[in-house]
Amino acid sequence: MSITYLEAIRLAQHQALADDPRVFIYGQDVGVFGGAFKATKNLAKEFPGRVLDSPISEDAMMGLAIGAAVEGMRPIVEMQFADFSTCGFNQIVNQAATLYYRTGTPCPLVVRLPSGGTPGGGPFHSQSMEAIYAHYPGLVVMTPATVEDVYTMLLEAVALDDPVIFCEHKFLYYHLKADKLPVEALPFGKARITRPGRDATVVAYSAMLHEALAAAEELSQDGYDIEVVDLRSVRPIDTDTILASVARTGRLLVVGEAWPWGGVAAEVIARVAAEGFGLLDAPPQRLNAKETPVPYHPALWGTHRPTATAVVNSLRHLLEL
Amino acid sequence: MTKGSTSLQFSAPDHSAAEKGGTAIVSREIARRSYRVMLESRILEEKLAALYRSGKIVGGVFLGRGQEALSVALGVNLRKGDIYAPLIRDQAGRLAFSDTILETLRTYLGSSLGPMRGRDGNIHRGRPSEGYHAMISHLGAMVSTVCGGLMAKRFRGETGAVGATCIGEGGTSTGSFHEGLNMAAVEKLPIVVVVANNQFSYSTPNDRQFACADMVTRAAGYGVAGYRAIGNDLLDCLEVIGTAVRSARSGGGPQLVVADLLRLVGHGEHDDASYIPQKLKDSALGLDCLDLARLALLEKGWLTESEALAWHCAVEEEVEQTAAKVLREPVPDPAEEDWNAFSVVGRNLSGEDDE
Repeated sequence: MSITYLEAIRLAQHQALADDPRVFIYGQDVGVFGGAFKATKNLAKEFPGRVLDSPISEDAMMGLAIGAAVEGMRPIVEMQFADFSTCGFNQIVNQAATLYYRTGTPCPLVVRLPSGGTPGGGPFHSQSMEAIYAHYPGLVVMTPATVEDVYTMLLEAVALDDPVIFCEHKFLYYHLKADKLPVEALPFGKARITRPGRDATVVAYSAMLHEALAAAEELSQDGYDIEVVDLRSVRPIDTDTILASVARTGRLLVVGEAWPWGGVAAEVIARVAAEGFGLLDAPPQRLNAKETPVPYHPALWGTHRPTATAVVNSLRHLLEL
Repeated sequence: MTKGSTSLQFSAPDHSAAEKGGTAIVSREIARRSYRVMLESRILEEKLAALYRSGKIVGGVFLGRGQEALSVALGVNLRKGDIYAPLIRDQAGRLAFSDTILETLRTYLGSSLGPMRGRDGNIHRGRPSEGYHAMISHLGAMVSTVCGGLMAKRFRGETGAVGATCIGEGGTSTGSFHEGLNMAAVEKLPIVVVVANNQFSYSTPNDRQFACADMVTRAAGYGVAGYRAIGNDLLDCLEVIGTAVRSARSGGGPQLVVADLLRLVGHGEHDDASYIPQKLKDSALGLDCLDLARLALLEKGWLTESEALAWHCAVEEEVEQTAAKVLREPVPDPAEEDWNAFSVVGRNLSGEDDE
């Protein structure tokens, strides 16, 4: 049996619906159609009345989820693309994120964001929104990079009493496969050292983990031993694991598919600079997307986003500093 | 999980019902209770304004003077188990639903014993887990939130509850309002949306806010029932909103009530409302709903002058005593604050201890 990242998302939702009568799924085309990416395929049939098509109303979709969460439900909202969540932004950051702090009433909901670039996606179907949501206190932001993590972390997200922004990467939907799904996993909020090394640390998450791993493999041909840390969730962020890695390697490169300005890479570097300056043998580096909207044509897109080759180049620069 | 929204257990909206008035019988008891709550709201708000002017309340004070009849008419028609998302000028509706003079003062004065514990203030208060939603400032946002609460009840197979929210005519210009009301109509939810058309959105007159001749005609476009109420006439408001709530409760789907009135104060106590023309203030719209309600109840023999006076004195005393008590209560202590926006379970699971 081979399970894709996308199927793991579908199976996690199946599990959540089966386990907990408070769970329902709400989003555009998620019902009988099974969702734009088929992440809810057959779920409406198996769980009648609990997988509902919404109007094209991201603001009201979020408002409905918040109101239902307040009343004790566990809604999962599927945004058709992460980019469209900006139309529900107000409800997410001003209502869901503030509710517990203001009122003491928890707001347990999950917003699934099909995130990141794919060839031909263009400016409005490619965005990585994790930094924007992580900015707001009260939101958990998960960025799973593996089939196993996307499954266990989605189940954790549903079980959590706080609102969760679940950034699932579209580029990984069909590419990544696993033989089976895990029963137990590292809890979210803990980073994973995916590849141990001693010469430099690459911190990455989501699809960039795989570019970082490919870069590390390439550099191993030259005798470099690169450590790769998968953040898994960007909020909470596991500063301890990052610092421990930098303590071993003395060099840090952070890779993110999102834009650099005020982003997750900037946050990681700020934390390492503030808390682990003495551990560094070289200035910490970051590699992000180019600072334009995400371009449509694959020839442009392939250069706009960090690739394994770009990570290799950044690492060579870092190793020479 | 007995009922899903796909089962279409509700009848289709009755378009012929648009632009109708009320048919509910207004009882002596509900009218008297409403007047008493209006009195509480008015006297409490006068105290809030005084506390603001004396520097005891920071931020802002936003009063519902002139809108108490409409507001209370929604609040008294709700019951425990319903969902209510009041807005800026709904002190009367809040008191009629579940709020108290004590909790209002605690929120405005930032008492650490209040429901918001100084974390939020003034009109941004509620107890969401008890069906009393705490508004955010972004207008229209609460319509879909109420829808969500009603969906939760539907998922659980609970029937008989209604949801209700109030908004000004300016708030209907938001995308959020449109999305929320459309969603309510699609799901045929038992929600009552009351639009207080007080002619000005802060300072902006209606001709800069919307272009339809009469806002109640929008109901048919959404596929919901529409009603018109006389906003400063308590008995009319009770009759119309009573009808709307009863219809929502009995499966009639969303109900839109539009009431014309005039806010008899500024947008907040910082605003002298000099943009409201004197001619409008002198018109029937400018008549004070509290005076009109007292006269109406006296005329029906449902209230006596001496009772009205006794109530007035009793409410004044309660407000004064409560304010004095709250002024002695502790304000929030930043050293005691945990400075964590995540819930307890979330915090424990996340291990995020450095924020």
